[in-house]
Amino acid sequence: MKTVTVGLGTCGISAGGEKVFKALQEELKDHPNGFILKETGCVGMCYREVLVEVTNGSGTGHLYGEVTPERVGRIIDEDVLGDKQIDEWLVSGDHREKGFFENQIRIVLRNCGKIDPGSIDEYIAVGGYQAIRTALTSMSPEQVIEEVLTSGLRGRGGAGFPTGMKWKFTKAAPGGKKYILCNADEGDPGAFMDRSVLESDPHAVLEGMMIAAYAIGADDSYIYCRAEYPKAVARLRQAIGQCRAKGLLGENILGTGFKFDIKVKEGAGAFVCGEETALIASIEGRRGMPRFRPPFPAQSGLWGKPTNINNVETYANVPWIILNGGAAFAAYGTQDSKGTKVFAMAGKVRRTGLVEVPMGITIDQIVFDVCGGIVDDKKFKAVQIGGPSGGCIPASMSDISIDYQNIPKTGAIMGSGGLIVMDETTCMVDVARYFLSFTQAESCGKCTFCRIGTKRMLEILERICEGKGTMDDLANLDELSDQIKAASLCGLGQSAPNPVVTTLKYFRDEYVAHIVDKKCPAHVCAPLLTYTINDQCTGCVVCAKACPTNAITGERKQMHFITQDLCIKCGKCFTVCRFDAVVKE
Amino acid sequence: MSDQQTNEFKPFNVDVWKFDGHAGALIPLLQSAQDTYGYVSEKAIDYISHVTGIPSADIYGVVTFYAQFRTKPLGKHIIKVCNGTACHVNGAKGVYEVIQDELTITYDETTDDGEFSLLSVACIGCCSLAPVITIDGETYGRLNAQKLRKIIRDAKRQARDQAKAAAGEVTA
Repeated sequence: MKTVTVGLGTCGISAGGEKVFKALQEELKDHPNGFILKETGCVGMCYREVLVEVTNGSGTGHLYGEVTPERVGRIIDEDVLGDKQIDEWLVSGDHREKGFFENQIRIVLRNCGKIDPGSIDEYIAVGGYQAIRTALTSMSPEQVIEEVLTSGLRGRGGAGFPTGMKWKFTKAAPGGKKYILCNADEGDPGAFMDRSVLESDPHAVLEGMMIAAYAIGADDSYIYCRAEYPKAVARLRQAIGQCRAKGLLGENILGTGFKFDIKVKEGAGAFVCGEETALIASIEGRRGMPRFRPPFPAQSGLWGKPTNINNVETYANVPWIILNGGAAFAAYGTQDSKGTKVFAMAGKVRRTGLVEVPMGITIDQIVFDVCGGIVDDKKFKAVQIGGPSGGCIPASMSDISIDYQNIPKTGAIMGSGGLIVMDETTCMVDVARYFLSFTQAESCGKCTFCRIGTKRMLEILERICEGKGTMDDLANLDELSDQIKAASLCGLGQSAPNPVVTTLKYFRDEYVAHIVDKKCPAHVCAPLLTYTINDQCTGCVVCAKACPTNAITGERKQMHFITQDLCIKCGKCFTVCRFDAVVKE
Repeated sequence: MSDQQTNEFKPFNVDVWKFDGHAGALIPLLQSAQDTYGYVSEKAIDYISHVTGIPSADIYGVVTFYAQFRTKPLGKHIIKVCNGTACHVNGAKGVYEVIQDELTITYDETTDDGEFSLLSVACIGCCSLAPVITIDGETYGRLNAQKLRKIIRDAKRQARDQAKAAAGEVTA
């Protein structure tokens, strides 16, 4: 009996996975004994979605990419019923995909895209809930913490604080009632690691939280998940229900007397709630504003009780560490940064999706060996690491090792794992402006420098992008950056200037080009562009009609012409032209 | 607020409050109100204040802090433009301009006929399909100006036909 698995993470669904699933269901009606149909999460190859895997009884399979409902019939007829693989649609064994899986070490993503995330039995079948059993029956809480310390695991949410230490502090804090929180408020634009893990392997996160609860002596917990992740929230609720039914949550877990429960809280859309004290305020039903630390949540957190907060990826590592030993985890990575890290690859890279690589890998390796290089073989310019709190690292430094020691030296931060690849067509000033507009909008308003300082920086950057900047603006940006970093309470403000600081440091010439030459070298900043019409023009007059200043002239069926003095560079002609006849440079 | 006023307002599900019992349930209550009505109305705020004893002003403070909550109703169809990093790098601004051109509304606005609302979202999460929009939850990816214009025009036509059909039913 063959099994047909469809990837139905958010990426799979966006690409039309549900339609493919329905088409397979239809086929199943005609061949009731032909195959088992099931769904799975995201295997990481988001760029080849919809992914369908056909596995035979012995477990070897063929992975097909870019499956559409129209292709389903042939897959059923030829592969499922006919035992003949369809070479041209194959992903596995495809030489074009060489290196994608070979260069990865999958600990966090161990089950993603393999098991059905809606089935607790499948999770148990691959060794799930063995780690909590081991911890509860043969380890003391101190031994659990010791194992996590040995592993060298550091918080994967961005700051990289040693997880074992955090647990130790919370355990040592006086007070009877303690809480465990899971930070699933993944708000960085361009980052989707946590969402994928929650959608594809929710039980791994729950098990990690259980182990943490046992280690620090907590009996209650919340997962704070972005409301923008409806699928992840649904998966979590389903998984928690299954655990309660199986006696893995509630009173007297596994007959050991251990008591623990998990609830899901949906966030309401505020990036700052990824900061731990803001997150706690939000769970308590207040405006999500950070507060001064100390006291740290380990002393006084949710409802004033000692609270341990880790993010999704951190917890997902824990069951593996307990089962395989901290030393096995520490065998991967570098001196200071052990284990692996999941990265969400996006931007101008060929293979966009999720990859898990050992710490210490270089940017070059991840961009070229794992992810296949730049789209259309354009020139690799920079990576943006760490989202709006991070920075841009230029291609000239791409031999740098990705770890907690080396990345901060560049002015960027490790962050939670968003990696945006940029090529020659990306304007670095525009990128800095984009990230700052994000943090500006998300600043909670508590600290003056973050609230007003980022606003002033954004105005300066907008001016530069419009070609109205002066060289003094650059000095002002530097000064404001220093002040905002120094005078903000939480990570949002302290890191908000990072994208500006790093682009100023590595791409100053682009800023100067905008200011002095009034040119955008990447042809992105609209006011600095010149629009012309080439001989592709058919004289359809659509652009002339669209032009708000009547700058475009020409007879019907004759080539048109733009009068530069009248052109306000709104780009309307470029957008409406159906013949690629409008050129911007 | 008088009891009479409370009775006039069709209440939504407040079970989350009973389940939790303390202020931590405020945000879930607001989410429940928005799920029911599509936005958080003044009446809903007063009602929540009545149930929980939290002053309306404090609740309003929470409503305005979080991006998720709306204090105005939305159009029948929701168009979300992804402005995540991957979409930005791949031309989300152009996507917005095409939609703005077709519907003559900007972000957080609703067309005069009440059919379409345009929202900007930070990341839909399908960066590999950038640039992306969703219309009523359906994703449209790898957009360019022509493709998008056709999608929007089709959606407009569909909305018009639906409205006509609904009007036809009423007169018949």
